[in-house]
Amino acid sequence: MSLTVPAIPSRPWKKPPLIKRAWLRWTLILGFALYLAAAFGTTNVNWARVWEGMPRGMQFVTAFFPPDFTSRWDEIVDGIAESLWMTVVATVVGIALSVPVGIGAARNIAPLPVYYFCRSILAVSRSFQEVILAIFFVKLFGFGPFAGFVTLAFATIGFYGKLLAEDIEDMDASQAEAVRATGAGWLQWINYGVQPQVMPRMIGLGLYRLDINFRESAVVGIVGGGGIGATLNTSFDRYEFDTAAAIILIIIAIVMLTEYSSGYLRRWVQ
Amino acid sequence: MMSKTLASPKRSWQRRDRKTQLTVWAGYLIGTAIFVFCFQKISETTIWAFVWDAPAQAADLGSRMVPPAWSYIHQLWRPIWDTINIATMGTLISIVLAVPIAYCAARNTTPSVTFLRPVALFIIVASRSINSLIWALMLVTIVGPGVFAGIIAIGLRSIGFVAKLLYEAIEEIDESQVEAVRATGASAAQTTAYGIVPQVMPAFAGISVFRWDINIRESTVLGLVGAGGIGLELNAAITQLYWTQVSLMLLVIIATVILSEWVSAKVRHAII
Repeated sequence: MSLTVPAIPSRPWKKPPLIKRAWLRWTLILGFALYLAAAFGTTNVNWARVWEGMPRGMQFVTAFFPPDFTSRWDEIVDGIAESLWMTVVATVVGIALSVPVGIGAARNIAPLPVYYFCRSILAVSRSFQEVILAIFFVKLFGFGPFAGFVTLAFATIGFYGKLLAEDIEDMDASQAEAVRATGAGWLQWINYGVQPQVMPRMIGLGLYRLDINFRESAVVGIVGGGGIGATLNTSFDRYEFDTAAAIILIIIAIVMLTEYSSGYLRRWVQ
Repeated sequence: MMSKTLASPKRSWQRRDRKTQLTVWAGYLIGTAIFVFCFQKISETTIWAFVWDAPAQAADLGSRMVPPAWSYIHQLWRPIWDTINIATMGTLISIVLAVPIAYCAARNTTPSVTFLRPVALFIIVASRSINSLIWALMLVTIVGPGVFAGIIAIGLRSIGFVAKLLYEAIEEIDESQVEAVRATGASAAQTTAYGIVPQVMPAFAGISVFRWDINIRESTVLGLVGAGGIGLELNAAITQLYWTQVSLMLLVIIATVILSEWVSAKVRHAII
């Protein structure tokens, strides 16, 4: 009897690549390299202007320090308060509107025409950045926080409705069917069969959207939508960079605060 | 034979007990009160005449926007190309910068919990809370108007997003695999390369593509403050009241965003 010795591999071990199919990997790498070459080739950067701007950038950065909280404090407080009102109202209204749209956009419970209609609402709402929406809503509703609120509410529909629809599509069908088997009507079916399954995740996402809406409220003001963004834009226009720095720091602080508290709240709710 | 029948319940079935039910109602009450208060505040500063006038305004604007000026599309290819480039190169910059930050921010890989981790976390929050439009507003004054300012703005804004999701992925890795690699006598760098990187690579690729998709949408507006891309044309058309051009650009933006969303969904499905 002869002992069989396992054959020593002729090649040393190599890490398996991320994309297993070799042709796909090389096509992607090559395509991306070609694209990058084209992109770099056609992007004209005025390096002289960039170079010239560097000392100006330093001046700019030094103008930010120290941040000036005091001289425009009243305007800052007004702006922040307005942003907060906008955020709360927009989140509540946006979520309330996105529930029917989200239910309509779930393939497993909505008939096909309703599905396509609701999906197209979501696609339009998600395609446009908040600022583009804000430009139009400012034209329609006039300057001020109302336009900002409509913008944020509309953007919330796209975000929340899509995630709600996906969550409903991923739900456990047997539970919903069990409720339906008891003879429940459509509304009862949604309320007792579907809603409890998606609710925990949706509360968390609602708080997350509150967070996003506050951040976005800082930019809708740039095009006239009210809130802290208007104050920030004014301070840039007046070259009061120290006030701008103060506003940016306050925004960062509030975002940090909402992020921590929403994390805490989410754990408490679930 | 008498069989014990179930006593018919006096009360009908309730989803929650009384205490929970009261808490839920209290929650609704407080929520409604906050909402009404906030709405009151907004309505104080609103000129309602303008709001009631909005449907007429919308109809008027709508009639000016059709039909889209299709012939104008020839002038749009270049701005779209710029927009896509801003998104892609901005994402690349952010990926390069986000990896070390995420490494420092993850509790299990950070070199120092007391100093580097808070710094990395602050960078992440600062980058996330300042919108790319505000970054662009500042950068246009520093590096001048154009695509370059847009790329940097997108890059700076995305660092926080990519780094946050990446460090959460790093914290969720399976430690036993890392330990197994370490047990073979691997150095710290080898442990990272063979124990950690393969575990987070799919998540990392997914995050990058996801952010790229978001960045396409973000870079459509950077032009409003002068940072290049299709926003520049959009702003010009809006200020000159060329509404038919505006509607064409909106259609182009929808098409670009839906296409990028499709690409990113395909790539993520292929990887994960």
